[in-house]
Amino acid sequence: MSKMVMTNKGKIADLRSADEIKAERRKGRTGVYLVVPGMLVLFLFFALPVIVLLSMSLYARPEGAEIGEFVPALEFGNYVTVLSAYWSELVRSFGFALIATVLALLIGYPMAYLVAVRLRQHGLLQGILLVLLIAPFFSSFILRTQAWKQILADEGWVAQTLKLIAVLPADGHLTATPFAVVAGLTYNFLPFMVLPIYANLGRLDTRLLEASGDLYASPVTSFFKVTLPLSAPGVFAGTLLTFIPAAGDYVNAALLGNNRNTTMIGQVIDSRFFKVIDYPGAAALSFVLMLSILILVTLYIRRFGTKELM
Amino acid sequence: MSTNTAETSRKPTVPPRSEGADLELKGITKRFAEFIAVKDLDLTVPSGTFFALLGPSGCGKSTTLRMIAGLDAPSEGEILIGGKNVTSLPSHQREVNTVFQSYALFPHMTVLENVAFGLKRKKDKQAMEKAREGLKMVELDHLANRRPEQLSGGQQQRVALARALVNRPQVLLLDEPLGALDMKLRRQMQFELKAIQTEVGLTFIHVTHDQEEAMTMADVVAVMNEGRIEQMGAPRDLYELPKTAFVANFLGKSNLMRAQVVGQQEGLIEAQTAGCKVLIPVERAVQHEGDIVIGVRPEKLHLHREAPQESTGYNELSGQVIDVSFTGTTTEYLIEVPGIGRIGTFSQNRGQQPAQMGDTVYLSWDSAHSFGLAGDEVVDAGVDQT
Repeated sequence: MSKMVMTNKGKIADLRSADEIKAERRKGRTGVYLVVPGMLVLFLFFALPVIVLLSMSLYARPEGAEIGEFVPALEFGNYVTVLSAYWSELVRSFGFALIATVLALLIGYPMAYLVAVRLRQHGLLQGILLVLLIAPFFSSFILRTQAWKQILADEGWVAQTLKLIAVLPADGHLTATPFAVVAGLTYNFLPFMVLPIYANLGRLDTRLLEASGDLYASPVTSFFKVTLPLSAPGVFAGTLLTFIPAAGDYVNAALLGNNRNTTMIGQVIDSRFFKVIDYPGAAALSFVLMLSILILVTLYIRRFGTKELM
Repeated sequence: MSTNTAETSRKPTVPPRSEGADLELKGITKRFAEFIAVKDLDLTVPSGTFFALLGPSGCGKSTTLRMIAGLDAPSEGEILIGGKNVTSLPSHQREVNTVFQSYALFPHMTVLENVAFGLKRKKDKQAMEKAREGLKMVELDHLANRRPEQLSGGQQQRVALARALVNRPQVLLLDEPLGALDMKLRRQMQFELKAIQTEVGLTFIHVTHDQEEAMTMADVVAVMNEGRIEQMGAPRDLYELPKTAFVANFLGKSNLMRAQVVGQQEGLIEAQTAGCKVLIPVERAVQHEGDIVIGVRPEKLHLHREAPQESTGYNELSGQVIDVSFTGTTTEYLIEVPGIGRIGTFSQNRGQQPAQMGDTVYLSWDSAHSFGLAGDEVVDAGVDQT
């Protein structure tokens, strides 16, 4: 398209008219203008808060100051203080998030497979199941978690039945346990696991499964050798979309947990900010959480990531 | 039509190693809800045969192939491979491999891994070596570590072929494997496929709607129509002596005309069509009395500007040229014969044109080349179907 030619003097001559050049420059500038609003939003609501958070995490509390009074400083000791006090909550958060992610994968993959592959010929049923899958999104996250509290309550039928068949000891509880928190996390983030896998499996060419059957692979082998590897990008996206919010979640732990062995880092940050009014501590913890997730995700992408995500 | 040129050169110099197995279909029927795709099909393919299942789309040939592969279950009937009933065996337990129309190569594996897939499932310890050999056979060993998407259509086709062949199945199924290739590549692959089949001596079942492809490659061709086999035999036999109007029209071109049998003498049936007398050898006629359909292939006709001398054993017609079309090597003529209809023929382009548009011309052919079909045939069955 370029109308440049080499002249006999070896110079590059531009044969485009002045108007054409202007038009081209205008086109280039239009692109820049279009990016501006997005950049502005990102700056105002992402970059700026991160900077504020970072500086806040380094504030110091002067001697004899009132509650909530801090002065700008470079107090790196804040990080040491919160980490030594709350490292176990941090580790627990990632532990819970990991278990919930694995459970969501084990539950979500078969669901996605059923809807996307098995029911491909049955459009109506496929649609209904998909709506059922997304329907919980229409009610509040807190309400749904509250409902789980009722379901798992001591006097609820789940706990009663489990006690009846002696799976749960007579004085046992389901709520206020790590089990309840992980169950809540798994339930609440399940759609984030199912939908990317569903989208991926929807594109699965079933003729490849016929080919693999034709080449002596049993249905189980076909699944592990063909279906699963081909759906890896969906699994990858699903696990990230589940793990990241689950690690920072505090609603499930607050509503379904107790004060002893289910506290997650989100709860700590919440109480540092709003109850203890320790802004630098809360900011430092938030930063640590963000950074740890970033590191874990990077490692995960390095290990399992596909080209498209890098 | 280049039907008979390769007849002798195609014969293998050594008898084929008979690694394949006989394939037998007994009373196979396949129903899809209301639609019957295959009707009571009986078929025996002897071991080591290159067998072509030829027919227009929707004739049931692909369904038949899928039932042999185990991808679809027949509604009725039995499938036997090497004498063993495999009707209820799932596809992964059948010693059958397929070259799919879409190739169905695994996109997440390299070319070599694709070819080794079947061998690995069978726990073959030399899977990788055999896969490499297989790739060498289709001359793609230099692309072993590429992904299928990085290959051209022809190369993908060869990978699919190698992936099926390395397993040395009892029966190899080819589902229109050349359909997606351009004409030139197609001709080349036809030649290579035939050479490979001769080399490995496996039983090949090749499904196609391309009659030329079926005739150039196969030892035996079965022409399928509406879920049934119309006629089966060696390509030349099928071409020279079609038994139904569908075969006459689908396999090459034919001139078919309605006639009445008026007598029989010295092994020849004498029939009357639009006032002309036409002779057909008795053994080349399906029906010997009453209303019949007479056929003759276009290339068997001679075109004359003047009435030819009466000669015994020749049939003659005359009419007016209504269409002349130049195709390169030949010129095709369409001649309107009063009372009969349009007759097609062609002449080699060796200099002057034998006839012009609107000329009155005379057609003659050796009566030994005519064939007779049943009188209730639809004369344009199978015309222009693919």
